Amino acid sequence: MLGLNKKDTALFLIVIALTILAPFILNPFPTNSAMAQFNAGYPDLMQRFVIFGIFAIGFNILFGLTGYLSFGHAAFLGVGSYAAVWMFKLFTYNVIPAIVVAVILAGLFSLLIGYISLRRSGIYFSILTLAFAQMSFALAYSVLSNPKFNLTNGETGLQVYGDDPQIFHGAGLPNLPHLFGWSMRGNNQMSFGAWDFNFNTGYYVCAVCMILAFYIAIRIFRSPFGMMLRAVKSNQTRMTYTGLNSRPYALAAFVISGMYAGLAGGLMAAVDPLAGAERMQWTASGEVVLMTILGGAGTLIGPILGAGFIKYFENIFSKINDAVLHSWFSFLPDGLEDVVVALIYPFVGKGWHLTLGMLFMLVVIFLPGGLVEGGQRIGRFTFRRRDAKGSDAERDAANQRNPAE
Amino acid sequence: MGILEVKNVNKRFGGLQALGDVNLSVEENSVHAIIGPNGAGKSTLLNCLIGKLIPDTGSVMFDGQSVLGRKPYEINQMGISRVFQTPEIFGDLTVLENMMIPIFATRDGAFRMHAIEKTENEKDIIGQAEQMLENLNLAEQRHTKAASMSRGNKRRLEIGMCLAQNPRLLLLDEPTAGMARADTNNTIDLLKQISDERDITIAIIEHDMHVVFSLAERITVLAQGTPLVEDTPDKIKGHPKVREAYLGESA
Repeated sequence: MLGLNKKDTALFLIVIALTILAPFILNPFPTNSAMAQFNAGYPDLMQRFVIFGIFAIGFNILFGLTGYLSFGHAAFLGVGSYAAVWMFKLFTYNVIPAIVVAVILAGLFSLLIGYISLRRSGIYFSILTLAFAQMSFALAYSVLSNPKFNLTNGETGLQVYGDDPQIFHGAGLPNLPHLFGWSMRGNNQMSFGAWDFNFNTGYYVCAVCMILAFYIAIRIFRSPFGMMLRAVKSNQTRMTYTGLNSRPYALAAFVISGMYAGLAGGLMAAVDPLAGAERMQWTASGEVVLMTILGGAGTLIGPILGAGFIKYFENIFSKINDAVLHSWFSFLPDGLEDVVVALIYPFVGKGWHLTLGMLFMLVVIFLPGGLVEGGQRIGRFTFRRRDAKGSDAERDAANQRNPAE
Repeated sequence: MGILEVKNVNKRFGGLQALGDVNLSVEENSVHAIIGPNGAGKSTLLNCLIGKLIPDTGSVMFDGQSVLGRKPYEINQMGISRVFQTPEIFGDLTVLENMMIPIFATRDGAFRMHAIEKTENEKDIIGQAEQMLENLNLAEQRHTKAASMSRGNKRRLEIGMCLAQNPRLLLLDEPTAGMARADTNNTIDLLKQISDERDITIAIIEHDMHVVFSLAERITVLAQGTPLVEDTPDKIKGHPKVREAYLGESA
């Protein structure tokens, strides 16, 4: 289907199904039950899942295929966000032009940074990208927000004010980002008995973008271009002595992943019309590296899994405070309850980074291919058992047939 | 006038004169071996030919054009392919993909971004690559990762990848170093077959005299950065200067 082979089509359909049905899948617990705090099916978090999914898919095209580890991708995310908010301020709250301009500007910005950074490889490339991203952060945070020339609005963050021109903003349109009149905040809540499910316009706009982004990523992975990118990662010496200059390939991958980051940034502004400089900080760049490695660098679905995993931890685990823990373990005798809570407390709530860090260590040590490799191992384990049974059955059948002949 | 003309090439690393006034002429469609003891400057000379090093003085002409000042991938595009001492292949890619890349590269000549679409052209390239692997006896392993093959097969693949570009000059840097005897003989046979079947010039740097004497039509002996003698294999075998350079005997 759509120029994909059977296996990729299956993977693509699974991703489509998961994103479309996410409001159900992420809300497995009844709203008023004790487990409801593990529900992730609220619009804000679902949007973050797919937006960071896009960011990580794009990062993986650079890191997973060419092996160039960029530590500055958050800069492109930030550029995308600022571009989108400026489109809201100057022209219209419609998200389509904002997203398109965000992608284009992030692409141009990554062309500039990539052209310079790709003169070096390995750790020097990483440091160069990190330096550029931190420079962009500093520019956005202070330099470009003076009263004479206020591009980024500094600490406050860029947002839309009542006296902004918005020259194409018609009457009757929502006073918030919208898709041809449908507000991005529009939310339909559907109740089934004790369950509530949220269907949010912003989420579905982001989801469609992610499905498209994922499709393009599959095509790139399976194309001759993708093969050349893997060749860049595998052996640049042989590439050179095959008459190929590896730099244009690496630069193309860099710009493509920069545009993915711009798309993610534009969508962030589209669901919440605000852009702050902290989006460009190095911690944000590091986060996407973690997502990609945790999920499985160089795999198609890995980055999405990694993004979902980290965002789930960040938003759900961090909410478990000591009061919640005490309520869980209240069945224990008083002294024991305090001990158990004291043991678990450092790993939840504000300490969720500790749990995430340990998980990351475990994955890197035992599953170098990330969560995807974990899934494959489980799959192989179950299938092997089934195959063993299957071949037994075939052998039995063969044995039965032979005497008859 | 040979296809490769090296004239008065000097190369110095700090106080060490690695190459001193090297003159070398390689005849078109011949097999030319360069031998010499360790530290004679063989690899330095080779690196000067492919643009990895730039000589301090002198000229290197390939087919009437200077190679100096060109980037390694541009020199490759002129028709010079190189086989390395340790096989340089795309270890993470399958054997078939390894074979496809040089064919892609040659089709387009200079750099062109390869299409995202799967085209008819690509099917053609896959067919051609499979044919090459068939000739190299690697067809059975075409879907395995190149890194997991034996040393001898990696070497075959590397030579095949170089040939897929239809080079005019093939440079080999100790192609049988660290190989088992059987693999060495296979490689010799492969190279013989190549030089018989194709219009190709082969320049080979080798330590193993068995390889040199079974392949070369002309031999240059290098010692301490300067060519000692250049002659046919038969004459080289008994040459007193060569014995001296190799064995340190006083003649």
